Amino acid sequence: MEQVVQQIIGGLATGAIYACIALSIVMIYQAIDHLNFAQGEMAMFSTYIAWQLMQWGAPYWGAFFITIAISFVLGYVIERTVFKPVHNAPVLSHIVIFIALFAIINSMAGFIWEFTIKPFPTPFGTKSVLGEGLLSAHGAGMIAVTGVMLGMLYLFFRYTRVGLAMRAASANPDSARLVGIRVGFMNALGWGMAAAIGAVAGMMIAPVVFLEPNMMVTILLYGFAGAVVGGLTSPGGAVFGGFAVGVIENLASFVPHFGAEMKLSIALALIILVLTLKPSGLFGRRIVSRV
Amino acid sequence: MSTPLLSAKNLRAFYGPTQILYDLNFDMHTGGITTLLGANGAGKTTTLRALSAMVRTSGEIRFDGKLISNKETADIVRLGVAHVPEGRGTFVRQTVEENLQLGGITQPASQISADVERVFTYFPRLKERFRQQAGTLSGGEQQMLAIGRALMLRPKVMLLDEPSFGLAPLIVQEMFEILRTLNKKEKVSMFLVEQNASLALELADHAYLLETGRVVMSGPAKQLSADESIRRAYLGY
Repeated sequence: MEQVVQQIIGGLATGAIYACIALSIVMIYQAIDHLNFAQGEMAMFSTYIAWQLMQWGAPYWGAFFITIAISFVLGYVIERTVFKPVHNAPVLSHIVIFIALFAIINSMAGFIWEFTIKPFPTPFGTKSVLGEGLLSAHGAGMIAVTGVMLGMLYLFFRYTRVGLAMRAASANPDSARLVGIRVGFMNALGWGMAAAIGAVAGMMIAPVVFLEPNMMVTILLYGFAGAVVGGLTSPGGAVFGGFAVGVIENLASFVPHFGAEMKLSIALALIILVLTLKPSGLFGRRIVSRV
Repeated sequence: MSTPLLSAKNLRAFYGPTQILYDLNFDMHTGGITTLLGANGAGKTTTLRALSAMVRTSGEIRFDGKLISNKETADIVRLGVAHVPEGRGTFVRQTVEENLQLGGITQPASQISADVERVFTYFPRLKERFRQQAGTLSGGEQQMLAIGRALMLRPKVMLLDEPSFGLAPLIVQEMFEILRTLNKKEKVSMFLVEQNASLALELADHAYLLETGRVVMSGPAKQLSADESIRRAYLGY
């Protein structure tokens, strides 16, 4: 029983990271209607920036916030320079660009910082909190940071005018233009915020998986799973989905014989299951489009 | 003669390769209500969409003397052109309150609550529905919300696309009364597209008749409603 509790809490900690990734996926999906395959690589690149800043002597939290700011700018710039010109292009063009971005960012990180694995510091320490081995201080820190960030995002979208304009632009771009909202600018802001959220996820998970150019590949898959389970149209659902995938993934190791090795397969099976039974996700809404 | 508030010169509009409007010329003056009549598919909605840069156009559109046909939708709106689109363009998942706030999103935050109160004086029903999701409103209430949202912009001109569409006759009467009041009291000029020609001619001071993307007749509304052929084709008596 104690083991189960331990796995659930551990699952919440990694789930927090999946929730961040899922949320950034959903934010970009809302803006441009496509999944951003390069989301994980963007997060990885941001983590390297943080690492570099610390190498240059920046204190952890200084590097943390500077990295968030830089990532926001980079996300914004990527939208304006790469995606704005192809706004009306077919889906396949977008997918090709995503794959290209994935490869470019991945090899750029390798080129600049080499492919060797690097340790990444945690500001929270590695001691156990909550009893013996139940939850590491870093795990608790991940949950706390994610919680604070999600809370701030909620307040931003719920109570600020820019947040309202961003929601309107993604819900109904045509009507948004007709009240004077610059929808393209809102999309770029969405990209910037998604990149910043991804940066937080990358910096939080790096101490666990170590820093290397491919560190986000599996995490991105779990993030996708979380986003799909919760519903691609529901930011809250994506966060829930991320936590759920984290917990399910950890509990899967209790399945006799193959549990531990099949963790990823179980996450992917979950995507298929949800897509089959409820295509719009647990909290998503169905989009009916007129043709 | 003063410069027209809104004018089009050789306006053409296209959906993809298909041309919808052929060299439209029209202008409307400050304070007026101009109506655009025509059958289904004549290009009335497209004309409005052309004015707010929602379709590809060529030709010249001027607002307040400024060329706007090279601007983006959001920038035209910011000049004071409030387009109430076909189907009302409600943000259905947002509340009535948020819809109104969105209407004034380009305006200083300090004037929003006073402007919301002003909208309530015309549409008290919206006050009762303030915290409700806009998608749960009735058709008439959604039309009120759409016009209320447009008012939040403090517009110089409203482009109204079929405000009577799908509404019960009594509500339509009420709506047109309110439009008349808005025109007089808020000094909002209006460019009105309407299927219901008799209502539109009653409200408007000037009218254009559109047939398959061309202006075939124009003049004071009184003159058009007296015209024999218009009466037969569009007024039905």
